Amino acid sequence: MKKIINDPETVVQDALRGMQAAHSDLLSVHYDPAVVVRADAPVQGKVAIISGGGSGHEPLHGGFVGRGMLDAACPGAVFTSPTPDQVASAVSLTDGGAGALLIVKNYTGDVMNFEMAGELAESEARSVVVDDDVAVQDSLYTAGRRGVGGTVLLEKIVGAAADRGDDLASCEALAQRVVGAVRSMGLALTACTVPHVGTPSFELADDEMEIGIGIHGEPGRQRVPAGSASEMVSALLDPILADLPFASGDRVLLFTNSMGGTPLIELYLAHGIAEQLLADRGITVERRLVGPYITSLEMQGMSLTLLRLDDEMISLWDAPVHTPALRWGV
Amino acid sequence: MGCTAADVVAALRLAAGVVQEHRDELVRLDQAIGDGDHGENLRRGFTALLSRLDTEEPASPGKVLKLVATTLISTVGGAAGPLYGTAFLRASAAVGDLAELDCDAIARALQAALDGVVARGKAVVGDKTMVDALTPAVAAAESVDGSVAAVLSAAADAAAEGASSTVPMVARKGRASYLGERSAGHLDPGARSTALLLRALADAAAKA
Repeated sequence: MKKIINDPETVVQDALRGMQAAHSDLLSVHYDPAVVVRADAPVQGKVAIISGGGSGHEPLHGGFVGRGMLDAACPGAVFTSPTPDQVASAVSLTDGGAGALLIVKNYTGDVMNFEMAGELAESEARSVVVDDDVAVQDSLYTAGRRGVGGTVLLEKIVGAAADRGDDLASCEALAQRVVGAVRSMGLALTACTVPHVGTPSFELADDEMEIGIGIHGEPGRQRVPAGSASEMVSALLDPILADLPFASGDRVLLFTNSMGGTPLIELYLAHGIAEQLLADRGITVERRLVGPYITSLEMQGMSLTLLRLDDEMISLWDAPVHTPALRWGV
Repeated sequence: MGCTAADVVAALRLAAGVVQEHRDELVRLDQAIGDGDHGENLRRGFTALLSRLDTEEPASPGKVLKLVATTLISTVGGAAGPLYGTAFLRASAAVGDLAELDCDAIARALQAALDGVVARGKAVVGDKTMVDALTPAVAAAESVDGSVAAVLSAAADAAAEGASSTVPMVARKGRASYLGERSAGHLDPGARSTALLLRALADAAAKA
């Protein structure tokens, strides 16, 4: 294993120290328990938007802390959900008197830890669970769909709503509306190596790709020969379109995401293909986001996320945001 | 003869050693059908527990179990943190302020632990989780009369068998469930760690 780390044991806190140094104008880092908090928190009268999850998905979630997005992020160990005391601490550090909305990705550990945090928290906290991954069948026989790329879009849109003064119930309802309108799917060309494990999370031959991966280096549902970019984009887009389903006349946000190791040249290439495929189906791409925003360490691969937009979501997406990873309108 | 707080502490120290020894095995099992963090998460939690046991001296077995619960909840993360944390918290409540744990108290604690895991994780037998190890362990503990060591040993044997039974199962809970049929043929890491922990507690009781 070759990585730019000193010690697998301290990789998360070492990275947090660098983040604090780089972005002290936007956020401040608490280490025990670990919470990344907006520099001017608590913002009086504003609903606190809080998220968290395992580390290794950067910039998610700490990179989205700042004005117009998250008030706090709780970084767990690499690929491991944060603990309840981290989340409870985030709630109290950001409590501006209007309650907190916890954004939880649908993984067994995350859901349980946030649930316990809700039981511990002293102020009002409600949760929304994101489960946008169409690769997982939502049935009684699975833990349900995973939360993936849709989480980024939801954090931006709900963050903007809280910033304009929406109350907790409105933020929660909006979050549910976004969850209902967003779908994602990802593929991997390589596995990734968790620092404290030291070996790749799964084996993938040079000419194979794994379709339907999550964001934790877990294998997907299907292993197929790696094809052309057009075949890869179709393999992701077709199940997404069929699932909601998206239809001709829909207005969407297209989010083309790198899993960490795929360079932008390939990502733009894939994005261009996806735009064309959507145009062919009469779907209007109104907004887009391209880049590594929800990653899986150094994994090569990509995910596509499609959100069906309405006018309110568009204006909230366009609203000012000032965080380490997303910045516009300021 | 029952278990005092000191006996419970000694058993947990032994269990922490077992977790460290089996860390890599649990990582490998979890890499096969999950995300590979189970061994490391438990190692982190039990290492934190050891340092708390060095500085704190809980007065009763119930208070020791509560210290385990709060430590694991705040250090393990993942699914194992809330599940084991809830299990120890419920076990602690089940034994109350007893100064010594007899066979009945041990059986009650195991039953409460199982109820807590089921309430938190909503898994049932056959889902390929730690419930598959803990459920037969509780039944075995209730059916055995004799010493605390005999009760825990029966529970540990049943848990090991229960863990083995997860190999052919298709996972219906947790991250392994995303794999569907591909999860069959692998030992569930949570069931394995449950069996290891119960074996460590039984070994400690046999030595006491």
